[in-house]
Amino acid sequence: MMTTLSTSLNALPAEHRQRLMRIAREVSFPAGTRLFEEGGHADRFWIVRTGSVALDTHVPGRRSPVIETLGHGELVGWSWLFRPYVWQFGAEAQTPVRAYEFDATSVRLMCDDDPALGMAVSQWVGRVLAHRLQAARTRLLDLYAPYGSGSGVRR
Amino acid sequence: MTAVPMTAVPAAHGTSVPVPYRVVARWEETPDTATLRIEPVGEPLPPFAPGQFAMVWAFGRGEIPLSVSAIPTTGGLAHTVRSVGAVSEGLYAAEVGQVIGLRGPYGTGWELEKAVGQDLVVVAGGIGLAPLRPLIRDAVADPGTYGRLNVLVGARTPADLMAKIETRQWRTAYTGVTVDRPDDRWKGQIGVVTKLLDRARFDPHNATAFVCGPEPMIRATARALVHGGLAPSSVRVSLERNMRCATGHCGHCQLGPVLLCRDGPVVGWDRAEPLLYTREL
Repeated sequence: MMTTLSTSLNALPAEHRQRLMRIAREVSFPAGTRLFEEGGHADRFWIVRTGSVALDTHVPGRRSPVIETLGHGELVGWSWLFRPYVWQFGAEAQTPVRAYEFDATSVRLMCDDDPALGMAVSQWVGRVLAHRLQAARTRLLDLYAPYGSGSGVRR
Repeated sequence: MTAVPMTAVPAAHGTSVPVPYRVVARWEETPDTATLRIEPVGEPLPPFAPGQFAMVWAFGRGEIPLSVSAIPTTGGLAHTVRSVGAVSEGLYAAEVGQVIGLRGPYGTGWELEKAVGQDLVVVAGGIGLAPLRPLIRDAVADPGTYGRLNVLVGARTPADLMAKIETRQWRTAYTGVTVDRPDDRWKGQIGVVTKLLDRARFDPHNATAFVCGPEPMIRATARALVHGGLAPSSVRVSLERNMRCATGHCGHCQLGPVLLCRDGPVVGWDRAEPLLYTREL
């Protein structure tokens, strides 16, 4: 497996990772469970162990379109780290999901108490965000259209 | 397009004269893409290797380069064509029994044989799966020769996925399919195809990747693979340019010092990357 080490929890130094894992709770969700709703208070986050979580957004009058799916080793939720701690999207278990759940307030307090841990966690979440921004930009190119978003010779 | 009656003629190997092939089967892959199974009317062209291409004639319209999308052991060939212009529209609409013209084989192949003993990572964008299909079939048919086979497919929508049933049937270490824009029935992955690399099973230090799709997708995928530890020379990409003569003479397909009809379409990322990032090319 080519793990994206820079965006997985393993990117954290071992001592910081162990401190985080000490407050992790093992949770599981049946398929279809709503983990959080757009606009809600971001009070926790998850690392997916197995299964798949879909991020979606609310569009009045139609089924919520799914923006992205997250799987093994991926972070679900980053809004807990930045004020005003409000979810930007909704999330739903697409399949049965097992995950590690973290209480956001506890993690933020740990980060406040230990600037080194705070820096490591911020950098980790920052890398996740950068990775997702890059993926979103790539998708904006409409890669799979004939000749991508550019023009080409059509014969 | 009107079918042109043809009689058996000797194949004109090494010339620019198209050899007649008859469409013996046709099926739709996506709403604008079809695969044509063809057999020679007379003497066949020399054997094609996976990744190579033919110049395919729609008589009365012109010719376009098309990679082979199947090389059946029983003979004949298959080409997959997306209707995007006058010639490709004519080929897309070709009916069973109709005769088309072929020149070839041209260009470099995937060279799967150089990846013996290695894990294989096949990454396809949209109908980029078509040129990769013969390679995947070879790897599936000979599992003891290679390491773990991974097939990653990305498409714009579920309707744009080709060979859906066959993709599910390939025996691989990992098969991942993702789309950018799901419909209401889609239950699979959503996101860019590069995300699937995290789920694929391979040793980056002993793997070869084969990538085909639109050029922005190739660039994003090759960068992710190299970032993940693959040597640039172990990432083989299929590039598309405006191929005309296919014999390295006209220069239409020139990319810097490379004539893609002759030196490509399959090249190593170590060679392709500096050319693709040169603005003047």
